[in-house]
Amino acid sequence: MSKIAIVGVGQTACTRSKIDTFEEMVFEAASRALADAGAEVGDIDNVVTVSNDFWDGRTISSMAVQEAAGSWGKDVSTVEGDGTFGALYGMMRILSGSFDTTLVVSHMKGSESIMNLITNAMFDPIYQRGLGIDATSAAALQARSYMTMSGATEEDFARVSVKNHGNAKSNPYAQLPMKITVGDVMASRKIAEPLKLLDCSPIGDGAAAMVLSNKKGLKRFKKDPVWIKGVAHCSDAFTLGYRDLAKSRALKEAAKKAYKMAGIKNPLKDLDVAEVYDAYSYMELMWYEGLGFAPEGKGYELIRENATGMKGELPVNPSGGVISSHPVFVAGMLRLIEATLQVRGEAGKRQVKGAKTALAHGINGPCGQAHCVYVVGA
Amino acid sequence: MTDWKDKVENMVYTGRIKVPYLWNVGKTGSRFLVAIRDKKEIWGTRCPGCKRVYVPPVKSCGECFVPTEEWVKVSDKGVLESFTVVHYSHEMQPRKAPLAYGLIKLDGADGAILHLIDDTDFAKLKTGMKVKAVFAEQREGTIADIKHFTPA
Ligand SMILES: [Zn+2]
Repeated sequence: MSKIAIVGVGQTACTRSKIDTFEEMVFEAASRALADAGAEVGDIDNVVTVSNDFWDGRTISSMAVQEAAGSWGKDVSTVEGDGTFGALYGMMRILSGSFDTTLVVSHMKGSESIMNLITNAMFDPIYQRGLGIDATSAAALQARSYMTMSGATEEDFARVSVKNHGNAKSNPYAQLPMKITVGDVMASRKIAEPLKLLDCSPIGDGAAAMVLSNKKGLKRFKKDPVWIKGVAHCSDAFTLGYRDLAKSRALKEAAKKAYKMAGIKNPLKDLDVAEVYDAYSYMELMWYEGLGFAPEGKGYELIRENATGMKGELPVNPSGGVISSHPVFVAGMLRLIEATLQVRGEAGKRQVKGAKTALAHGINGPCGQAHCVYVVGA
Repeated sequence: MTDWKDKVENMVYTGRIKVPYLWNVGKTGSRFLVAIRDKKEIWGTRCPGCKRVYVPPVKSCGECFVPTEEWVKVSDKGVLESFTVVHYSHEMQPRKAPLAYGLIKLDGADGAILHLIDDTDFAKLKTGMKVKAVFAEQREGTIADIKHFTPA
């Protein structure tokens, strides 16, 4: 595969209830990504937008944000799914040979609708939707399945929340930077047992954008490239109940392929930093296992030993993760942006010293049905 | 420095989207729902490849990518593989909180069926416990014809 580089990244701060419209947020993120790349809109050959009609409350939501992404006079298409999948499609557009550069943008305003109603609508309308299940109650079922399989405790989940909200204090874009304790998480309001308020990511608004380029396109940009060394995605069964919720075989498969491409043999040692999609605290432990950081059922050992803390063997989610800022669909792209900043050495107070190789991970579908894994490096 | 944006009153427009749909269940799913409605029986389909029994039934196995035409009657009792007690209420939920969901592996089926758990003290729910289906008295050919599951 010829190589694709990330040459520009941009994000808005993530907040609850942004006044800006979708278009205004997209313009802000896209402009920042171009400025970061040292580029102008004319340097972009094609545009990929990421959006979802149900969340935006409009049909063909992609059409409304195109111009704000600088698409006038260009080829533009859309991915309905997490931003990591949008970036993957953006790469493929270049690899097709038709373009040298792609701008990928994603946006979300979770505050303008009711998350529970929207995510209820992702389930099968005949057998599951009428029961009232939503993203959070489904996640709670997965959390318990995982506890039963692994022996991880609610305190282990709480440790993830403590670590990531603490890390968010060093990220000026994060929505919920907080110094909290395991006791605070355990005492927070019950949402869907075993999940409590501080086990759940907040509803948030935000946008993100990135500029991708092949070797030939690089001369248009001022920023040093961060190369995508490996990428893969894989999806498991849609229906809750047809899939083993406690073990993410789709993530294992995606990680295996991405590692092979990137030459990663021992992810815990070979990676310097990882950004994973912890929409709920327990997910981070499951993803440790799927990503091969820990053996199956042993993810909790890493959090208990603080191996994934800022000073640990493999810092995970120095940005604060998704549990600290969750603009749905944008959140995976934020992982890839943070991985890029870490490899560049531009992650400010949350910089992992000497980070050369970083992992970014996004999910899509109920309880992490699909996974997209990136390995990036300078 | 004054910014004109600091002085603007922000307007919010409230939409009331209502978009009706109907969904054909298909012959495989309809046979499943009719058996519950008319006979209080739960049926699944078996994959000829992996031998897995799907409940609710599927017309093809997603894993083996082959048609699944053999019908298998499964029990209305099974094991509670996972559950959650939900403490918030929203319009889409059929009952007021607290309400409980379970993933139930019916005897004779592979995988689990998602449903409500009720008529019990939620504090006593445990994974691995036996549960049984409670059928609705008025049955109309929907998944709600199983009213919920309850400890057996
Ligand atoms: Zn099969």
